Amino acid sequence: MSERILTEVISANPAMIRKQFPLLDQQVNGNPLIYFDNAATTQKPVQVIDAIDGYYRGYNANIHRGIHTLAEKATDAFEQTRSVVRSFMNASSMEEVIFTYGTTDSINLVAQSFGRKFLEAGDEVIISEMEHHSNIVPWQMVCAERGARLKIIPVNDAGELIMDHFDQLLSPRTKLVSIVHVSNSLGTINPVAEIIRKAHLAGARVLIDGAQAAAHLPLDVQELDCDFYAFSSHKMFGPTGVGILYGKKDILNEMPPYRGGGEMIREVTFEKTTYNDLPFKFEAGTPNIADVIGFRTALEFILEISKPLILQHERALLAHAHERLSKIEGLRIIGTAREKLGVVSFIIEDLHAFDIGMLLDAAGIAIRTGHHCTQPLMKRFGIEGTARISFSVYNTFEEIDFLTERLLKIIKIKRR
Amino acid sequence: MSDKSINRIQDEIIEEFSILGNDMESIVFYIMELGDKLELLEDKFKVDSNLIKGCQSKVWLNAEVEDHKLILNADSNTDITRGLISLLVRTLSGQSLDDIIHADLYFIEKIGMNKVIGSQRSNGLTAMIKQIKLYALAYKTKLQQQT
Ligand SMILES: Cc1ncc(COP(=O)(O)O)c(C=O)c1O
Repeated sequence: MSERILTEVISANPAMIRKQFPLLDQQVNGNPLIYFDNAATTQKPVQVIDAIDGYYRGYNANIHRGIHTLAEKATDAFEQTRSVVRSFMNASSMEEVIFTYGTTDSINLVAQSFGRKFLEAGDEVIISEMEHHSNIVPWQMVCAERGARLKIIPVNDAGELIMDHFDQLLSPRTKLVSIVHVSNSLGTINPVAEIIRKAHLAGARVLIDGAQAAAHLPLDVQELDCDFYAFSSHKMFGPTGVGILYGKKDILNEMPPYRGGGEMIREVTFEKTTYNDLPFKFEAGTPNIADVIGFRTALEFILEISKPLILQHERALLAHAHERLSKIEGLRIIGTAREKLGVVSFIIEDLHAFDIGMLLDAAGIAIRTGHHCTQPLMKRFGIEGTARISFSVYNTFEEIDFLTERLLKIIKIKRR
Repeated sequence: MSDKSINRIQDEIIEEFSILGNDMESIVFYIMELGDKLELLEDKFKVDSNLIKGCQSKVWLNAEVEDHKLILNADSNTDITRGLISLLVRTLSGQSLDDIIHADLYFIEKIGMNKVIGSQRSNGLTAMIKQIKLYALAYKTKLQQQT
């Protein structure tokens, strides 16, 4: 199909896409479901559901150790996902693709393994004010243990990193910079290439939290030159309980395993255990086989539509939402970065986000309310939380119009 | 001060809500409106010791005893929770300590309030009911010790 036709398939005929998501076809509180909570987790296309079902019905077996036919088949399917993930993010080898249980788990792996080995008293880790708690707490833990310090890049009123401040924070003491690629609360796309380049010049390693980016933005870890990149399957049409940690091979090889058990060893005696090679060294125990297999189908779904087209559709939705919402009196959008993606956070005068969320839910619209696991960021904006809508490929312009209509109604009734 | 029994008030509430039918939006808007009528809680009572932690909404609850009856004052930072509280205050405030301790609040389920707020989100409300009963029990014990 030509690009133009494909674009039309998504934006003019979203039914084609929506049809692949059985869950979307339902009524909630008497209204057709509008799912605007995609930054929390996306829905799953039928192919993904079938892949998981097919594994359990057809070839459920433990992997890497069995010699029987089912075990071979399961191992092949599992490793096939690794291969698709490798090419999805253009890692240079399969050894650089580590399966975890999610972004949080990936970050904890780096904190516990890299952090405990390389951080020393007086060293510094730089994060930002807009990080998800998953990219704050693991660093607080390891820094406290190692006597290292956490440094914070502040955020301006538009919700962008203050890069001058970053430049000032970088020093020979900086061991690691860990930054979110796209903010889950604001939608801000951070200048990660610039951050990586500068951090490397200062001799620091860089981890990018790609939880909100991997499904949307082009991803080429070699071009980015990041040292680590973390993301979650469930935010990109795949099942829960699967995450990816990309790491450069030379660094991963220097890092000790952080969980012990089966799969990650070569030989165990009571005197000494030798570890398996990458990536297995970091994959102790039986992994989430079914969901890893399902994840491959999710990635293929994305590749089939093509990432640039998904991005184009999501940008159009974002522009439409901004246009509509900014006309609502008393509504303030939190996060107006020039480079922004997929998420609109807002507050409404005299209305608590919780009330907005509950009232929209009564109309069948699923949104997120609260601090979105970014409490320091909320504090920066002097608010308790926001109402947040976030888009995916199956959302439509009409859904945004319906949301706008409902918001106007809620405000009208409130002001009465 | 209430001279109607807890169950009589519950039945009235159920009756009022039955007019709204099954339309979730109307129900939620109605609950919000009820919150507007809740008597204001003085700021001096909005202190952490009166705070009941819900999910995303805060509830402050102040309870005093007058003539063996529990007098409740409460507020929330969200409209819907304030509306839900107003129903609890209407049902329980001014009732005797014993009646509150033994109250079976069947109206919550009958008016579909548990559906409105879901099991997780209703935790704040459940916590509030528990707290009211605890106050009633505590005051009762205290009064018994005095006599
Ligand atoms: C930016 C960001 N980082 C990390 C996470 C954590 O992801 P997970 O819960 O899948 O581990 C999320 C999920 O909400 C996120 O949005």
